[in-house]
Amino acid sequence: MNLSMVLEHLYIVLASVLLTILIGLPLGILAYMKKSVRSVILWTADILQTIPALALLGILMVFLGAGKPTVIIGLILYSLLPVVHNTYLGLNNIDPAVKEVATGMGMSRWYRLIHVEIPIAFPVIFTGIRIATVTAVGVAVFGTFVGGGGLGSIIYQGIRIENMRMILFGTLSLMIMAVLFDSVMAAIEKRLNRHESTTSNTSNKSSEVEPGA
Amino acid sequence: MNDFFRLYGAKLWNAIGIHLVYVLVSVSIGFVIALALGILLSRLPRISRYVLPVISVVQTIPGIVFIGILFLYTGMVPATVFIALTIYAIFPVLKNTYTGLIGVSQEYKEAAKGCGMSSLQSLFWVELPLALPEIIGGLRMSTIYTVSWAVLASMIGLGGLGDFVYIGVSTNNNTLIIAGAIPAAILAVGLGLIIDWIQKKVVPKGLRREIR
Repeated sequence: MNLSMVLEHLYIVLASVLLTILIGLPLGILAYMKKSVRSVILWTADILQTIPALALLGILMVFLGAGKPTVIIGLILYSLLPVVHNTYLGLNNIDPAVKEVATGMGMSRWYRLIHVEIPIAFPVIFTGIRIATVTAVGVAVFGTFVGGGGLGSIIYQGIRIENMRMILFGTLSLMIMAVLFDSVMAAIEKRLNRHESTTSNTSNKSSEVEPGA
Repeated sequence: MNDFFRLYGAKLWNAIGIHLVYVLVSVSIGFVIALALGILLSRLPRISRYVLPVISVVQTIPGIVFIGILFLYTGMVPATVFIALTIYAIFPVLKNTYTGLIGVSQEYKEAAKGCGMSSLQSLFWVELPLALPEIIGGLRMSTIYTVSWAVLASMIGLGGLGDFVYIGVSTNNNTLIIAGAIPAAILAVGLGLIIDWIQKKVVPKGLRREIR
């Protein structure tokens, strides 16, 4: 019916997830390395995700006006938690013995982080990215209220003019998108985990975030 | 600021009340249904193998669709909001109840059996208490999402804090947007904190040390 809406939705989701990774990863690392800011970072990310999406977008709109940037920034704030949390958790759960070996080999703090710790923590970090992506697909629906377009606008229009076909088209595209992202990334995750025998207790903390929220 | 409260104060309190009622009623009903279904599914592994993936997919339907489609059939009555929100509140609790119960390690169940407990006793005295932290985690998710989706009740003209956000967005009135958004945010964060507190309380004593 309207493929451009699907692409628009996809664009919003991908842009925000990419930026979320760029922001969330350093924040997660910072939380891991600096004990003093840890609880502030984790707590802020937690609060941001608790705020109802529409309220968050509404507040952002007051400052940034309507449009796609508002939606994308809102989505970034909203999907930070899984990425930050899992980055921190993945790094924190690495077997201390591995870290000591790395230090014993004469690695500097940063060298160790980049060449040992992040690779080991990567499967857990990736789980966070997956959760963030699937959540973003669902939350992006709210974008329509602040002029962001995407599948939300089809659904919303369909509801207003009581057009079942539009609602179904929007909903089904949305569901397919979410399920596709989820299953493809879950498959990648499985591959990543296959090599992961060096970590002792990387309890995959997949604090599942429901996509529809 | 004062002007605002003189104009909208009563309305705002009213909206917060309605919003809270929407959330509390639908989450309570949803919680009970989800708990029962979760227990049932955990006892029927053969069925749940097919049911759970379906639930995960259904869950990707955004709440706006639940409310929207129900609205077309049931019309502009509060029941529409309650039903939609209840359905939505069921999923996280159901999922967590199931995984929580399945996650109880075999040795506890066997110990319960060895103590002469019937399977119902084992469920109520051993398995459910052990799964409770996870179940409450699901409750937290349900509650927060429901606060979020209840904002949409105003989409079909049924009040709540959404009214403020909604009218604010469509008339470009920033004060109204903030007036709706901030209480909604506080409501979500506050309820989240309360449930966090409950979650800490319900962890069985013997397990407290293991919890991070």
